[in-house]
Order: sequence, then structure tokens, then C-alpha cells
Amino acid sequence: MRQKQRDTTTQRGRIRITGFDAERVRNRNPISDWSETESDGGTSRMEYAWRRFKSNRLAMLSVGVMALMTVVAVFARPISVDVAGMSLTVQPFALTPYGPGEMFVGSPNAAPSVEHLMGTDWSGRDLFSRVLVGTRYSLSIGLIATVLALFVGIPLGSIAGYFGGWIDEAIMRLVDVLYAFPFLVLAIGIIAALGQGFWNLILALTITGWISYARLIRGEVLSVKENEYVLAAKALGATDRSIIFRHVIPNAMAPVIVQATLSIGTVVLSAAALGFLGLGLTPGTPEWGTMLSSTRDTIAQGYWWVSVFPGLAIVVFVLAINLMGDGINDALDPQGDTATKQRMQ
Amino acid sequence: MSLSRYIVKRILVSIPVLIGVTMVSFGLVQLIPGDPIEFILQFTNVSPEAEQRLYAKYNLDEPLWKQYLLWLQDVIVLDFGESIISGRDVAYEISTRLDHTIALGLFSWLIGLGVGIPTGIIAAVKRGTITDEVSRIAALLGIATPNFWLGLMLILVLSVNLGIFRAIPPDAPLFSVAKLKFLILPSVTIGTASASLIMRLVRSSMLQELNKEYVRMARAKGLSERTVIFKHVLRNSMIAVVTVAAIQIAFIINGSVVIEQVFSWPGLGRLLVRSISQRDFPIIQAGVLMTGVAIVIANLLADIVYSWLDPRIRY
Amino acid sequence: MALLEVNDLVTQFYTEDGTVRAVDGVSYQIDRGEKFGIVGESGAGKSVTSLSVMGLIESPGEIVDGEILFKGENLLEKSPEEMRRIRGNEIAMVFQDAETALNPVYTVGEQIAEGIRTHKDVSDEEAKEQAIEMLAKVGIPDPAERYSDYPHQFSGGMQQRAVIAIALSCDPDLLICDEPTTALDVTIEAQILELLDELASDFDTAIQLITHDLGVVAEICNRVMVMYAGKAVEKAPVEELYYEPKHPYSVGLMGSIPRIGDRRDRLETIPGTMPDLVEVPPGCSFHPRCPYAEEVCSRKEPQLVDTETGEASNPNDDGEHAAACLAYTGDLEDELSYQVEVLTEETYE
Repeated sequence: MRQKQRDTTTQRGRIRITGFDAERVRNRNPISDWSETESDGGTSRMEYAWRRFKSNRLAMLSVGVMALMTVVAVFARPISVDVAGMSLTVQPFALTPYGPGEMFVGSPNAAPSVEHLMGTDWSGRDLFSRVLVGTRYSLSIGLIATVLALFVGIPLGSIAGYFGGWIDEAIMRLVDVLYAFPFLVLAIGIIAALGQGFWNLILALTITGWISYARLIRGEVLSVKENEYVLAAKALGATDRSIIFRHVIPNAMAPVIVQATLSIGTVVLSAAALGFLGLGLTPGTPEWGTMLSSTRDTIAQGYWWVSVFPGLAIVVFVLAINLMGDGINDALDPQGDTATKQRMQ
Repeated sequence: MSLSRYIVKRILVSIPVLIGVTMVSFGLVQLIPGDPIEFILQFTNVSPEAEQRLYAKYNLDEPLWKQYLLWLQDVIVLDFGESIISGRDVAYEISTRLDHTIALGLFSWLIGLGVGIPTGIIAAVKRGTITDEVSRIAALLGIATPNFWLGLMLILVLSVNLGIFRAIPPDAPLFSVAKLKFLILPSVTIGTASASLIMRLVRSSMLQELNKEYVRMARAKGLSERTVIFKHVLRNSMIAVVTVAAIQIAFIINGSVVIEQVFSWPGLGRLLVRSISQRDFPIIQAGVLMTGVAIVIANLLADIVYSWLDPRIRY
Repeated sequence: MALLEVNDLVTQFYTEDGTVRAVDGVSYQIDRGEKFGIVGESGAGKSVTSLSVMGLIESPGEIVDGEILFKGENLLEKSPEEMRRIRGNEIAMVFQDAETALNPVYTVGEQIAEGIRTHKDVSDEEAKEQAIEMLAKVGIPDPAERYSDYPHQFSGGMQQRAVIAIALSCDPDLLICDEPTTALDVTIEAQILELLDELASDFDTAIQLITHDLGVVAEICNRVMVMYAGKAVEKAPVEELYYEPKHPYSVGLMGSIPRIGDRRDRLETIPGTMPDLVEVPPGCSFHPRCPYAEEVCSRKEPQLVDTETGEASNPNDDGEHAAACLAYTGDLEDELSYQVEVLTEETYE
């Protein structure tokens, strides 16, 4: 082993480097084609998320299913609007062979056949037509109730998180109280008081739905609030309202979107459960849950198709929306990826 | 802060929530448009004496806050008034069904936890493998399937076609073999979705914990993988599980409201649903109040267990 | 025979963006009782090198090539069970962030004792006694009482001391310290470094110290290796690296340390950032940031060579000063035109 003489440098002291001229790198022409921006692709967060989402086959499949269901919802039966006493047909197509309420288009309780793909129910209505039209109810209830819940939950949650103090206390205690009721029990209470119907159903779903968004957004706001750019905006004299809408909410949106997508599934399940209990839409409505409400006895009689198909429709719908939500979640929060990066540092 | 001081503090915090729960339960009557009692009586024929008692019960001529306080005074001693339909004491009507609902709920809860926790752990430890993928898809299906439809399908296959289980409860005491055997199907029905939710939560909280530095540190110490998972990771992920186990109680009450209907199980849920069509408001009010109180207490207990598991909260 | 000999280690990670060679052909060796520093920016591959030695590379990562000889035996050929018996016992690790490295739900004492119980044939009582002894050694006051404290009841500096106690509890031959003071205040940093230095000498433990801080290396290490983009770019006894840095990257690192009394108008820093390891620049991976780069640097990959002879570096030569720059193989047209001045008291007064 070679022992190098170190006495030239044994004199401990500070050192100073001169002649390492960074300007030379900035001013010269690049030596090779390689450049820094190329390597990270310059993609924005959304593009990156979209790329991840696209590579998730199950999620893409679920988007396809949801698109198909939307098409079915729109084109199942013609849509007409009443304008000044005139009935105007906006959408003339009909995918379904029969109207959902037309009775005795076949014999009662007929098994599935070429004529009636899913069979008929006790009053001879075509189940295939009814299941297809049912998409309209689930889709609209899911969307409307979720959007309304967002409209209540986001402002309340943001206000609670941003202002804190007694406002926060009051809102969060209200959240705690509503949180203490199982959805169906509270919905039963509300529907017992107000009676059943589409908008009462939506109301029950909204009252119980907004609290999760309020909690979520409040937590996000609390963590975003202390960020430097928010403090900077405040220092520049921005009003509270503009800070909330321009800085806090956009940053807290990602988890809310995920939660909202997933909760469409929950809302549809809840609505179906109420329908099954006979507390949702009026009996006879081709809503999937309502269609199942009196089928328990028909099962014993052997008419399995009456209960199998509407239920399958719910499963497919909710599964697709949940897979989509999961896909969005994985795309926006690529946990595996950050974990890998952490491990490498 | 010592554990007992934490518990006292936590109990104090739940008092306003409990008050809120009573207010909501009371407020449901106020939601009814117009004179609630007139509204209720539209749907049912009641003897004039019963109508009198009903008016006396709700003290409608008093100001709202006084109505509430008078109502609260009764409710605290479990006096919920009389059923409009049967004329029996609401507390009695509830108590005769409570055991059935508790038995169903407890079974379902145990199935949910008993299936959900182990599969969640296995899925997390074997993440990315076939086992993980299969349990993930099973859980997604479990969540997407409406419980009442699952119940109907189980009846269709196991009762109607195979004849293994009864479709209607046997006429026997609750704690008899026949009745407990019958309870399997409804419990599985409710437990499926519950297990699916718990499995997903356990899996994701385990994965989150597995990525933490203390896990690598435990491995760096030379501990066996078993010790790393079962001693270090599991204890930390259990903190999340306790919370969800409490939330499951609300979920299971939801489930039993529907499933008691499917399986004709004589519990509280069936009473509630029946009471709606009959506008039996005292029963609905008591049912809403009792579930609310039960869940507040469950959350309180969960928080106490939580603080026992996580020393950072205790001190 | 060296205690640890790493030869041509290659560790890869498979990410969605492509394969990342976090460690790309690194060789070094550490003698018994020696203190060896690995310096570089974050993402240079320092931590992955350490985790490779510990056998703690997890999926999606993988060691694809090279050998790691510990006491002459290749760790890469050991079974998981054999590796487990080495970890914490013969090779131990001090983590960067003690707060996250300690499990929040177990007492500090238990976390020390469990390592002792794993590797030594002792009763629970003895393990506890030894753990308390370790707490005392790392300078925790009232060790017997603090034994049953939870990590959050310890201050940051004390948590790091506890982590050191865990690492040293089985008297390892090699202690890998991964940025052991990054999370700490400057005053506490000095105390912890001193403690590490002292204990390593007491226990006659070799240290592999990973840091981005050249000052820390100067304080503790005998020899040092500078890493850039997964490769070793310079390897030298610590004094030589300080007073005669040979690789432009090391020069840049040295130049970017702010010093009291420095009268220059501004600090010279290295322009740009370290490349993403998915797409490493061709040739010398430092060339896009190097002021002395010439056209040849984008074509030819420099090898680690002895800077005096220009011949391939000999990993067994502890005194060697090696660098991976084409300047030392005669491929560059110009000289590396930088000077290192030693400022004596008078110069900067």
C-alpha cells in the first residue's frame, strides 16, 4: 500500500476555489443534444395524471362502461320538453322496445326470451326496457345529489377551515351531529316527515352527503392555509374570499374529486336501498331499487329474472363508478411512485 | 395528559354532540308541514283519547324551546310516549326487538372484522401479487353490490334452489340453534360489504405504514419479517382500524334496516320501516334518537381505544 | 482483507418512467475501524448504495450486478435469513430522520432491547439492562427512567442518540450512517457527530458516513468518495480531496460552501441540477454542468483513474487519489483551470 505524503497540506486552513466559472456553462452552446427539460418531459401535473389514468386498464374500461350507460340513459326513450303547451321532442330515439310503464306487452312473469331479453314482471312489463330506463334515475340521482352535497359541503368546510374559531366549532359540531346518524335512519326520519318523492329523496341524500366533503375540505384548507403562497397573497392584501376561491380551493380539489366520484356510487346504493324499502320513488317507477322492492315473494315462486337483472344493473353501475374513482385516486396521488422516489434519496 | 384525563375530556366533548343528536331527533317532527299531529292523524284512525295524549305529549301550544325541554325531560327517562298504532309504550316496542337487532348487528360486525382485517393484511403484505389483485376485485364487488340484492340472491340460491337455509326465521327463541343458524345468511349479507370496506382500509393503512422509515429501521435491526409486520406495522395500522370499526356500526345499522326487511327478521329496522308507512312518529323519533346516541357512544369508545393504542395522544 | 469490499455494484429501480440506475458500477472498500464518507447531492445514489449493503433494497428495486464482500463473504449470495442475522448485528444503520425511524407506539427502551434480544442469547431482563446501558453510553440522562419513554417524549437530538444506541447495541463491525445529522440543529449536529466519532473509536466500529455536507466528512472521515448520478467520480483520502480536489464536480461542491471571511462577491455554485437518472446525459454525465467540458465529454465516458498515473483505479489502494474525468486520461485539450488557495489566518484577516 502506498502511503502518500500529506505534509504539503497538513497546514489546516480554509480553502478558496477560484476559476470554477459557472458562467461558462450558461454562455456556451450546449455540447450535446441532452437537455434537462427533456428528461422530466415538461408535463404538467394533470397531463401526468391523465397518462397514469390511461395506463390503468380497469379504470379505462370503467370509463367505457359509464359512457355506455350515459348513452343508454339519454337514448333509452325519447325525451320531450313541454314549451308553452307544445310538446317538443328533443331526442327522438328509443333504444328500448317498449315503454317502461307499458303493461302486458307480454304475459306476466314470462321468463327471458328473444322477445323479452330479461323477461317480464308481474304486470307483463318488459324488464329489459325498464332496466335500461332505470339508468336515467340512477345517473341523475347520483349526479344531482352529489353536486348539491358539494355545493353545501365545500363552502361550509372551507369557511370552517379558513376562519377557524367559533365558526369552525359550530360547523364541525353540526357535522359531528349529522355524522352520528346512519344514513338510512336519518333518511327514514326525513321521508316520514316530508313524504316520498324525487326531490325529498335528493334532499335526504344531500343532508347526509355534504358532511364528508366539509370534513375533507376543512382538513385540506387547514394544511394549505399555512402555505407560503397563501401567506403571500394575504400580505399583498387579497381579501379572504378571493384567497379561498383562488388559492385554497383549487389546491384542495384533488381529494374532493376522488371523494365525489366514489360517493356517486354510495348515493346510488343508498337511493336503491330506499327504493327497495318502498321509501324512495313512487311504486312502479322503473328505478332499480324500487323495481326490486316487491320481488322477495317472486323469488320463492321461481321468477328469478325479476330480481336478478335490476340488481345486476346496480352492481355494474356502482362497480364502474368506483373503479373510475379508484383510477382517479391512483392517477392524482401516485403513491407507489413517490414511495420509490423516497427510497432512492 | 394521563389516560383518564383524556377520557374525561373526550366525554365532555361528546356532550354537545349528544345534545345536537336530541335536537335533530326532536326537530324531525318540526319538519312536518303544518300541524304535525293533524298530519299524522290523516293517515291513521286513532281513538280520541289517544289523540288527546298525543297532543299532551308534544306540548304544541308551548314555545319551541319549551317543547324541546319538556320532550327531553321525558326522553332522558326513556319515556318516548306511545305508539300511535299499537298504543303500547314505545320503549316496550323497542325493547322487545332490540335483542334481535343487536344479535344481527354483532354477528355482521364480527364477520366484517373477522374477514376484513386478515385479508387486508395479507393483501398489503403481498401487494402486487395475484392474491392482492383477487382480494381487491372481490372487495370492489362487495362494495358495489347492494346488500338487499345480495340477500335476495342468497335466498334464491341457498334457500329456494338448494334448500340449505330457511328464507323466513323459525318460530323459536333468539338463542336457539335454529334461529342462530338462520342468522347466518343475513349476517353474511351485511358483513360482506362491511368486510370489503374494512379490507380496503386495512390494506391502504398497512401500505402507508409499510412505507414508513421505522419499518426499514426494524428490518435494519435484523428483526424477522414476521416481527416487523405483526409487531411494528400492525399496531400502527390498527389505529386506523379502530376508527373504522366504530364507523362500521353506523354502516351495520344501515344494513340491518334493509336486511331485516329482506329476511323478515323481527328487529328494530323492521319496526322503523313499518312505522313509516303508518306514520307512527313516536317510534320513528325514538329509533332515530337511539341510533344517534349509540353511534356517539361507539365513537367515544373508539377514541378511547385509539388513545390506548397511540401513546402520542395520551400524553 | 478489507472489512467491506463493494465491487461494481449496480442497483436499479423500475419506475413508470423507465429503469433508473441509482447505483451504476460503484466500487469501494472500507477497512476495520475506518471512517469512510460518501458525498453527493440527493439522488446521487448514496442511500441506495447503503441500502444495498444492508440488503434492504425493496421492490421495485433490485441489485443487478456486482458483489458486496463483507469479511470476505459475498452478501449477495446470502439467504434472507443469513442476511437478517447480519443486519443489526454485524452491520448496523443510523437513519437520517430519527423521528420517523423510531416506531411511535413502542417505548424507546423496548426498541433498543428488541434488537439485543434478536441477536444475543439473553433474557428479557438482561436485554433491558443492556439497553439502559446503551442509553447511558449515548449520553441520555436518567437512562433507567427514560427507558420507558415514548419517542415523542424525546427531543430531536435525543431521538437521534436513541437511534445510535439501537445501531450500536449489538456491537457491529460496520455502522452505516445515512445523513445522521441532516434533521438536526447545527449545535446538536456537532454533538451527535462527536458522539458518533467517539463511540466508533470505543467500539472499534468502521463507519460508512453518507452526507451531502462536506464539512461533516472533514470532521469525521479518513477517506471519501464523491458520487454523481449513480457513479463514483472521485475517491481520495479526505485531506487530499479538500486541498486538491481533482474532479470538476468536487471542485464545484467545494466552491459552493459559504465561508466566513470570504471576500468574494458571490458564491460560485454548480449551474443546473443533477440529471434525472432515467435519462442520463451521454458520455460524462456531468458534462452539461461542467465549465471545462469539451465536445469529447459528450461522447466518451470517463473511467475512474488514478489521477497521477492515469491508469485504472485500484480499489484496494487506500492512499490512491482517483477521479473520473477525461482530464486525467489525456483526452481533454485544455487544462482544468481552477486554483485552490489555502487561506491562512493572515490571508483572510
